[in-house]
Amino acid sequence: MDDLITVFVTDLEGTRHEIQAPTDMGLNLMEAMKANGLAVKATCGGMAMCATCNVCVESDHELPEMSESEEDMLDEAFVLDIDGSRLSCQIPVSQKIDGLEVKLGKLTDPTE
Amino acid sequence: MNVIFARDIEDMIETDIIIIGAGPCGLFTVFEAGLIKLRCHLIDSLPQPGGQLAEIYPKKPIYDVPGFPSILAGELVDNLIEQGAPFKPGFTLGERAEEIEKTDDEQFIVTTNRGTKHKAPIIAIAGGLGCFEPRKPELDRLTDFEDKGVDYIIKDPEKFRDKKVVIAGGGDSALDWTNFLADVASEVTLVHRRTKFRGALDSVEKVEELSSAGKIDLITNAEVKSLYGDDSLSGVTIYDKVNDNDVHKDCDYFIPLFGLSPKLGPLKEWGLDLNKESIAVDTLDYSTNVPGIYAIGDINDYEGKLRLILCGFHEATLMVQSAYKRIHPDKNLVLKYTTVSGVNAFE
Repeated sequence: MDDLITVFVTDLEGTRHEIQAPTDMGLNLMEAMKANGLAVKATCGGMAMCATCNVCVESDHELPEMSESEEDMLDEAFVLDIDGSRLSCQIPVSQKIDGLEVKLGKLTDPTE
Repeated sequence: MNVIFARDIEDMIETDIIIIGAGPCGLFTVFEAGLIKLRCHLIDSLPQPGGQLAEIYPKKPIYDVPGFPSILAGELVDNLIEQGAPFKPGFTLGERAEEIEKTDDEQFIVTTNRGTKHKAPIIAIAGGLGCFEPRKPELDRLTDFEDKGVDYIIKDPEKFRDKKVVIAGGGDSALDWTNFLADVASEVTLVHRRTKFRGALDSVEKVEELSSAGKIDLITNAEVKSLYGDDSLSGVTIYDKVNDNDVHKDCDYFIPLFGLSPKLGPLKEWGLDLNKESIAVDTLDYSTNVPGIYAIGDINDYEGKLRLILCGFHEATLMVQSAYKRIHPDKNLVLKYTTVSGVNAFE
């Protein structure tokens, strides 16, 4: 199906999950991960105002450029310097991220 | 707002409902409880009411509060405080609810991390995402120096009068406190990892003015990388990324201000049935597995749960009815409409 993409997510235990997400529902990656049952804290719900949906992008997909507020937030949470570090709530689900490979950051742990 | 500050009261604070968490849901509970003549006292780890609406996104518009096509989160909090004010809620702010114990007479005693005690037959946990705690930079000996030169939250600025202070961070609180303490402390240094600041433009401009006038020492593209001192803090080492060198700075206080993030905290120890990170409740009245303890708003979980403010308001309304029946088992509660009865404020 054209409007369904696949993303690979490695959770905090190191297990790699293959998840699917529709591109026609205005979702972001954080929401797609939660909809697939992955435990992501995502405190602020997608406003780039916490960093509890932080992921490390490990594939070389071309992603939308980081906004200033995303960069500031990653900095304040001490995760800006990590390679591929992004807020998953700021990555729209689209064909551009089909096959994306990400790893959940430790700040996503909902039990913390 | 008629605030009773807990620290002014030496004895046990007694009320009908102890509300843990002063976010929107906890604040609305005060109103709904007041309508049926139940008194409330709120406890929150933050120094101000409003929960994440006040702490994380006060300037963000919310579009799904019934009757408000759009309302800023901070305004909603102000309105909720005003709405509950006739019922004279008490507040214990800046303290974290730490322990719950049950008494022989079917009451609960809630003790905070600062030892304030509260007693009531009902507890409503409206804890949202948990307690907000400061984000701490990863630095050796940081915890050793806590309360011995390292502070994360400024409660009393007078403490810093005529002292040497190093602040780290690039957000509003780092900027605001730098500006404020410039007139109080003998020396203020602001260290930020980047050159750009996140924060209100006028605060950024003021920091830059103070720096040009030589009133503060502004070090950007730099970070505090170690702390030194014997028993208490006597200085910090700042790594200057541009010049690739270390700068030693003697100081009395180091204040890292990197915002707050919520942690589930002590509620894991309260003997409540949890469903992952949330408290499992019965949707009949949002009661937990412990009779007399309820959980409402974002902190609870049940089949079909939606983490929305409007759902929390509904939960609070039903919860207080059940609380009333528990407190007054022999009385029948008749639903009164505010359009008919108005709001009868407490004396």
